[in-house]
Formats: sequence, structure tokens, C-alpha cells
Amino acid sequence: MITREDVQHISWLASIKIEDEEKDELVEHFNSILEYFHQLDEVDTEDVEPTYRVVDLANIFREDVACKSLTQDQALKNAPRTENGYFKSPRIV
Amino acid sequence: MEDVIIGLEIHVQLNRLQSKMFCGCSTAYHNSPPNSHTCPVCLGLPGSLPVINKKAVEYGIKVGLALSCKIEEETLFYRKNYYYPDLPKGFQISQYDYPLATQGHIMILGDDDKERNIRINRAHMEEDPGRLVHAGTIDKAKYTMVDYNRCGMPLLEVVTEPDLSSPKEARAFLDKLKSILEYLDVFDGSQEGSMRVDANISLKGGDRSEVKNISGFKGVEKALSYEITRQRNLARRNIKVVQETRHFDELRKITVSIRSKVGAHDYRYYPEADLTVMRIASWVPAIKATLPELPDAKRERFVKQYGLADDHAKSLTSEIRVANFYEAVAAKAAPKLAAVWIADVLKGELNYRDLSIESFSEKHMTEIVQMLEKAKITENGAVQIIRELLDKKEGSPQEIVQSKGLGKAEDDAVQKAVKEAVAESAAAVADYKAGSERALNFIVGLVMKKTRGKASAGEVHRLVKEEVEKA
Repeated sequence: MITREDVQHISWLASIKIEDEEKDELVEHFNSILEYFHQLDEVDTEDVEPTYRVVDLANIFREDVACKSLTQDQALKNAPRTENGYFKSPRIV
Repeated sequence: MEDVIIGLEIHVQLNRLQSKMFCGCSTAYHNSPPNSHTCPVCLGLPGSLPVINKKAVEYGIKVGLALSCKIEEETLFYRKNYYYPDLPKGFQISQYDYPLATQGHIMILGDDDKERNIRINRAHMEEDPGRLVHAGTIDKAKYTMVDYNRCGMPLLEVVTEPDLSSPKEARAFLDKLKSILEYLDVFDGSQEGSMRVDANISLKGGDRSEVKNISGFKGVEKALSYEITRQRNLARRNIKVVQETRHFDELRKITVSIRSKVGAHDYRYYPEADLTVMRIASWVPAIKATLPELPDAKRERFVKQYGLADDHAKSLTSEIRVANFYEAVAAKAAPKLAAVWIADVLKGELNYRDLSIESFSEKHMTEIVQMLEKAKITENGAVQIIRELLDKKEGSPQEIVQSKGLGKAEDDAVQKAVKEAVAESAAAVADYKAGSERALNFIVGLVMKKTRGKASAGEVHRLVKEEVEKA
């Protein structure tokens, strides 16, 4: 069961601010999603190898060759805040 | 330190590669303006797709084999989710279960001067995050500036078991690891930030703290020593050590707590669906065949082949470039003499000037050792030649011998000076005969004066003694 505290923690992990009055509604949504997934528990998976991927490709590589990068201007073009060629982000920790 | 338990996680940039882990951006970003080595992949722009650098995987296997690890037959990448400005995608492509290499070990010289086996838990591949520049210190900055040039650099994380028992052993381990990586030619330790360490440390019976992102080997020793003192002081006051992450402040030389609400299970690891699995079992034999002679093997060979003392062999093999330099000299000049002069003198003079072995020519060193071998110069003269070459960066040993008059006095000239000196020192001779060994020093000094220091003092002492006893 997902609790209000879980919702709070998940919002912190995702860096998405949610209002207090939204929490109960989100608790309900999360739980209904989980419940839906619990239907999968009914399937017998004894002796079935876990699936890591749905595509059966392996060993797709590139050679170690350097090519042209974006210019600094291009890299920073869509950033809301920059300073001296850096992306600027809110204070962390 | 019997009650200290240390485990290390070492992030090694595979910076001998040309391009990043999952994109074609160049790895040569040092000394470049910020954000000048990026592309849609390493900036995490929507719609971009990573592709694995094959050579990075080969390098990873190479390191794994050199650390005596087991190489996984099939290995894959995961997304490690955490939200932090150094990761533009909101996750880091890393490995989780089935990492590239597991269960290896490195031998180091322990605190008790005995060889110790330090177990390697695993070595896995990942991408380096970007670099954060704080305006001010980490705990007081108003905002953070981000440079993504480093983002996506191929990284190998080597994780040890908690087998180290002092800051000094941690240092010895890092030195050995660096040495091996440079032997493999996958890593250049001279680049800033190319090896960064997280250290887990606890006192027996207590909880551990993790000190993150220490750069520089001296930094590791200092951070660990600080942490041990801090934990001991807490224990003395009966305060429990809290399990937490701490940051090493290089300026203040202390560790500070960084409150982090992300627990290991919050990383929500899941397989990176944009990349395929890597089936690498069949690569292993060919890569194994390319492994060079590693430091321990080279050291043993130097002892056997050149008859060197173990500490000279160790000093000469810790850096591949020094080992190659030595072998080039030893091929043309007396190997034992070359070992003494390179390990004891040249390395010291280089260290003093903060220079690497590239600053001295093999040819010059060979000439110097040859001249010493033929007793054409004194030891003192050889040291002067080495210093002159390092400081003036011009001329050859021969030219310096001539311009500075460092040529050793011819033997008969020395003989003559000895005879004269003994003849002129009747009082000293009498003192010597009366039992004063020290009286000889006066005569030796006189000979040195007469030969203007070109004679070797040890040799002169022997000759004077002979002459006095005849008299």
C-alpha cells in the first residue's frame, strides 16, 4: 500500500512539487495502478528466466572515433539560464 | 591499525580512448571552454540514442583481466536514476547485476611490510557525470554552474572489499592500481580528475561513513585520517557514528556531512532498453593475449635478469615509463649501476623539480652511467651533470664534463697528489701512527684540494691509508 509519506518521497525523488491537497488523490491513483499490476502475480512464472529486454539484439557497438561536437552556443541555446558558458542550476544539497 | 576497516570505490576515466562512452564527442576536453565537447546524446536531449564504444568495453575487460577478475559472459547496462544537475538525463547509464568483471584481487605491501591480498568485488562500466562548479563552498553556494564536457566520459568503477586497514594501505592500493592501469595503456593519471575515490570507513563494531569524491591520492590519505580521528573522538564520548555520506573539503581538510535523502533502493535501477546486451565471452582469449607484462612480473624479472635489489626493482617498475627508460639504459650500460643512478638519484632529482621521466634523455643517462662505469667522472660529478641537464635543458654530459671541468683526475695525478700530501703532513702521519684514525681526514682533505675535487673521496682515503702505512 502506498501512503501519503510514499507520495511525498516520490515527489521529492522526481523533483516535482505537489500540494498537500493533491496527496490523497495521488495515493489513490498509485494504489489503483499497483493493484492493476498485482494481477500479474496470478501468472505462474516458476522456472521462467527473467526478461531483461524485449529485443533479441546483442553486441551493437560503435568504433572509438571522435567526431565533431556542438559548439558552446549550440549547447547552451535552449538553456533558461547560463553564465560564462556554463548551464546555471539552482543551488543543490 | 587493527580496528580500522576501509573499502574503496575508485572511478577511473578510460581517458586513453578517443571518444566518450556512448557518443562520438572527443575525450580531449581538458583546457577547453565549458560545454564545448557535448552533443545531443551526452546532453540528454530528447530523441537522442546512445551507442556503446566497443573499445571502452575491450579496455574494461583488459583491466578486469589484469586485476585477476572473472569476466562475465554476458553483461549489460542499467539506468541508475537520480535527479541531480550533473546528469542531464536524470539518470546515469551504469551497470548493476552482471557487471563486466567480478572477484579479482591486487597485491599490495601492507603496513606490516608483508604482501597483502586486497580483494576486488567488481569492476563495472558507466558514464561520468558532468562537472559542477559551485560559486563558493559546497554548503554555502547560491547556485551551481554545470559543465557537461566531462559528461559521458568512459568510466570504470573498481570496488574493493573492505580489506584495507589504514590510510597508508589505501594509498598503497591506489598507487598499485594506477600503476597497473598505466601499464595497460588505458589510463593517463596526469589528467586532472582522472581518478576519483569514494571511501567507506568504519571502526570495528561501529557504523560506517562514506566520504565521496576525493581527488588526488594525498587527498585520500588526508580524508581517511581525518575520518578516523573524527570517529575515534565520537567513540571516546560514547556517541554512535551515524551511517551517512560525507564530503571532503580540500581547502579546510575536513569532511562535512552532506544530507542525502536518496537511499540505494531509490536509484530504481532498470535495464537500459536503448542499449543491447554485450556477449563478450569470446573476446576474452584475444584480449588476454594482449596483456603486457604487469608491474609485479616486471619487478621479479628485473631482480632476476639484471641482478637488482628488490627495492630498486620496485622503484623502477612502479611507473611503466620509468621501467622502459631503465631498460633502454641497461641495454647499453652497466645494469646495476644504471638501477642505482636512475632509482636513487635521477628519480629524486625529477621529483624535486616536479618533472616526469620524459624530461631526461635515455641517451644522456646512458652516457653518464658509462662514464661512471669507466671511472671517468666522480659520483659527485655525475650528480652535477644530471642537475645541469635538468635545470639548463641543454648540452650533453660530455660537454658539461668539459665546460665544468668535471673529468676525474687521472690516476697518476691522484697518486702524485697523495705522495705530496703525505710528505707535507708529518704531524698528521705521526698522529695516525699514534692511533688517531681521524688524522687521515686531514691528509685526504689536502689531496682533494690538490686535485680540485676531481678525485673520488673514497678512493683517496684508501690510497692515503696505504701511503701512510708505507711511510
